[in-house]
Amino acid sequence: MTASRTYDAIVIGGGHNGLVNGAYLAKSGLRTLILERRHLVGGAAITEELMPGFHFTTFSYAVSLLRPDIIHELDLVKHGYFPLLMPHSFAPADDGGHITLSKDRNLTIQEISRHSRRDADAYDQYGHDMAQIVQALKPLFDSVPPNLFSGQAEDALALADLAKHLKGLPQRVLHNIVRLLTGSAADFLDDYFEGELLKGLLSSSGIIGTKVGPRSQGSGVVLLFHNMGEQDGVFGNWGFHKGGNGGLTQVLARAAQAYGAEIKLEAAVSKVLTTNGRTTGVVLADGTELHAPVVVSALDPRRTFLELVEPRELPEDLVENIQRYKFQGTSSKVNFALDGLPEFPGLDGTQFRGFTNIAPSMDYLERAFDEAKYGWYSSKPYLDCCIQSTIDPDMAPAGKHVMSCFTHYTPYKLKGGDWDTERDNLGDTVQRRLEELFPGFSKLVLRREVVTPLDIERTVGLSEGNIFAGELMSPQLYFFRPAPGWNQYRTPIHGYYQCGSGTHPGGCVTGGPGRLASQQIVSDLARSGPAAGAAAGG
Amino acid sequence: MSNKGYGAAMIRTTPFHERLAPLNRTGLWQHWSGHLAAVKYQMDDKFEYFAVRNAAGIIDTSPLYKYRITGHDAEAFLAGVLTRDIRACRDGQAQYTLWCDDSGHIVEDGVVFRFSNDHFLLTSAEPNLAWFSDRIGRQQVLIEDVSAQYGSLALQGPRSRGILAGLDDSVGGLGFFHHGPAKIGGAAVNVSRTGYTGDLGYEVWVEADDANAVFDAIVDASAGQGAIPVGMSALLMLRIEAGLVLIDVDFHSSRFAYTDEERTTPIELGFGWMLKDVATTDRAFIGRDAIRRELADGTSRWRMVGLKVDWQDWDRRYRAEGIIPPKDEHPVVWEMMLYDDDMERVGYTTSFMYSPALQRHIAMARVRPHLATPGSRVHLEVTINHRYQTVACEVARPPLFNPARKTASATPAIASAITSAGASA
Repeated sequence: MTASRTYDAIVIGGGHNGLVNGAYLAKSGLRTLILERRHLVGGAAITEELMPGFHFTTFSYAVSLLRPDIIHELDLVKHGYFPLLMPHSFAPADDGGHITLSKDRNLTIQEISRHSRRDADAYDQYGHDMAQIVQALKPLFDSVPPNLFSGQAEDALALADLAKHLKGLPQRVLHNIVRLLTGSAADFLDDYFEGELLKGLLSSSGIIGTKVGPRSQGSGVVLLFHNMGEQDGVFGNWGFHKGGNGGLTQVLARAAQAYGAEIKLEAAVSKVLTTNGRTTGVVLADGTELHAPVVVSALDPRRTFLELVEPRELPEDLVENIQRYKFQGTSSKVNFALDGLPEFPGLDGTQFRGFTNIAPSMDYLERAFDEAKYGWYSSKPYLDCCIQSTIDPDMAPAGKHVMSCFTHYTPYKLKGGDWDTERDNLGDTVQRRLEELFPGFSKLVLRREVVTPLDIERTVGLSEGNIFAGELMSPQLYFFRPAPGWNQYRTPIHGYYQCGSGTHPGGCVTGGPGRLASQQIVSDLARSGPAAGAAAGG
Repeated sequence: MSNKGYGAAMIRTTPFHERLAPLNRTGLWQHWSGHLAAVKYQMDDKFEYFAVRNAAGIIDTSPLYKYRITGHDAEAFLAGVLTRDIRACRDGQAQYTLWCDDSGHIVEDGVVFRFSNDHFLLTSAEPNLAWFSDRIGRQQVLIEDVSAQYGSLALQGPRSRGILAGLDDSVGGLGFFHHGPAKIGGAAVNVSRTGYTGDLGYEVWVEADDANAVFDAIVDASAGQGAIPVGMSALLMLRIEAGLVLIDVDFHSSRFAYTDEERTTPIELGFGWMLKDVATTDRAFIGRDAIRRELADGTSRWRMVGLKVDWQDWDRRYRAEGIIPPKDEHPVVWEMMLYDDDMERVGYTTSFMYSPALQRHIAMARVRPHLATPGSRVHLEVTINHRYQTVACEVARPPLFNPARKTASATPAIASAITSAGASA
């Protein structure tokens, strides 16, 4: 054991939430240390130059949900925050059909009308309804949720406020919220649209990162979640941060350091130190002890509760809830370095900059899901592709391109196989699918990187490779994220807090958990020092 | 000069029109100093804005008036009519400058390029031939309107230097507000490190007949660099972030004002930095004595400042009214009133927008001089649900967007590193 140092707070994990949390803690005056296991910060939000001049967003690949408060409260613009606008959502079909949603409303309406005149104004109605829903839920998204089980006066007040807020919503908005929280993306979208291509495109947001099909109950909430983001004030719009999400986490790291936080790389934490129900610091893998009265885990709930501390120090019901908390990662990434732009027959590559969505219908998505239900990856997968170099030319050498392909469904647990064997086959499956739609695609490929759920788990540490640090399903949200009674960032151990995507408001690059956890920590310290959760789950 | 398809008294086209017209996929054109100018080339002009901030934008600025000023007394003449001292401008440099009337009010602004002490080129947004010519007197000066003889093509954005230096090495070494001869597309051109975007950028000044060759060379050199043509709409967003004033929006020419309320002085418009030696200089220029009096008596009514809108206050007030807070990058170019903490009227915005780069609403505004200190708080009047409300703003020194690359000297080719993004908020 080597010499120890003392901090006011130690944050475990330099992913985006750990960085956000550390930045806020440092800003509030705490001597803060952020520990990152890898050689770079960012967690699942990194950009890597895998070939000279080609920058890959290895894991997460776009921004929308980053909480606007964080941008301003942490002065991120000063540190280089620069979100570029994602130009299009392009959806090609195998019969040569295609639809492109662009930022210009009139172009989008005309494009939709090509497929269905009915869908043209339905699209506006859908956008308006969704915006009202998001507007109604935003205050919940951006605040610490009440604890249903604490019996504390402040939670009772918060619940009363919540009830008042919900009662104040128009009937249609509240009903839509319930439909999305409990129902399927398909049921919701079917009420608006008839065009298969458009429905395939829109319902894709209902399955991202989750083991559901668009017709599964539960896909509604995923659809809702992916519309909670905003870009320059427009709900549901996506952007691309300069330099990819690695560019964003570098900005967060600079902000954290500017506020005085220290970042230590290649510093894996083996366990959190506790004495008499209080945390006293952490032990690194190399045996170094670092001391602090506040330790914040930005890791997922399984690692936070079952690996960093001894489960037997925790209430049984919490341990049980975390054990049955669903990860079941189902997403992969296949990233390409390309010698030129892929071409869709009849269109040139400049006409579909931004997202390319390979899901020509809801049936297509359901069939892709079917295979995953029975333990294998889709033979015709859902792909959310993005040729990021068309948005930020610094991502690839002039005339060359990088293309990120989010790939669904690829279950973490393969039945009768394993990912180390199937990795290249998955890459081939994705490439074959792209070749079908973009003839000549394979000839453009200079390099291919396949990132399976197993690779996500191994590299980033996200259990079962779940990109949201636990599935976005109603039983795992808000009051219940990550477990009933433990949704306010505290844990049963005094001074030990959680701030990862496994806490409210959840996955994607929101930073919300990091921010809200810091508020809880700072307010606990101001009151009576590092705290433990108010009550065990009941 | 290309003027195809239009009668003599009709709107004209610029030397680059033949190349740019097919690139305008919107069918939208506006008139700029008697010429067709593309409003935008694609339906969503925000991408044109981003091209300049992240790659490069190609902007046809040919409609600017261009006056060649030559003759033995050219320098002395300009030293007497321009507000900023042209004698401090060396050969091969350019100056952003103003000209005022005797009462110390601004007539107009422009950029003057100095080739030698007897050869200058002055650009302006409005016609000024008569105004300058009438002030030559007995000096040996020749002023020619060469507007139609030259086209100017701006290439603005972080990649502009690499693209142009690839065509002619000499461009890479040009300092901020320097200019020099270059060869592009086989044509002799003059390249200046100037522009209206507040970013790293250049303007290429070409003989009208060489326009197509120069345009083609620049477009070829831009391949794969993310460079796209940029229209007036995006340009007017960029210039607000850059804190660059626009005539008839941020100020009015004293020549055509009806009241002094419409007029403004250099000090009031934020150009005191041009006049550091005005109290002592022996340079007699038009407006000097009035400006001296303004400074001595403290009679300035306003100061031009930048405003940063409190984003939380903005969002909160709209949300409280049940409205999704609007964040529109298209400028509001009419006045919005400003108040102090006691709700006394203390100024007004002249240009207002949501800045995507700064992630907040910003404005160019005039406030009473005592509120011009950066950090001062004022309240911006907006209407929400048809009722007046105010939103808190902080006074800041323009330009609000001011990346280091704008004025930095050349750096290695990998300058635009992944994580580099310049904004001083």
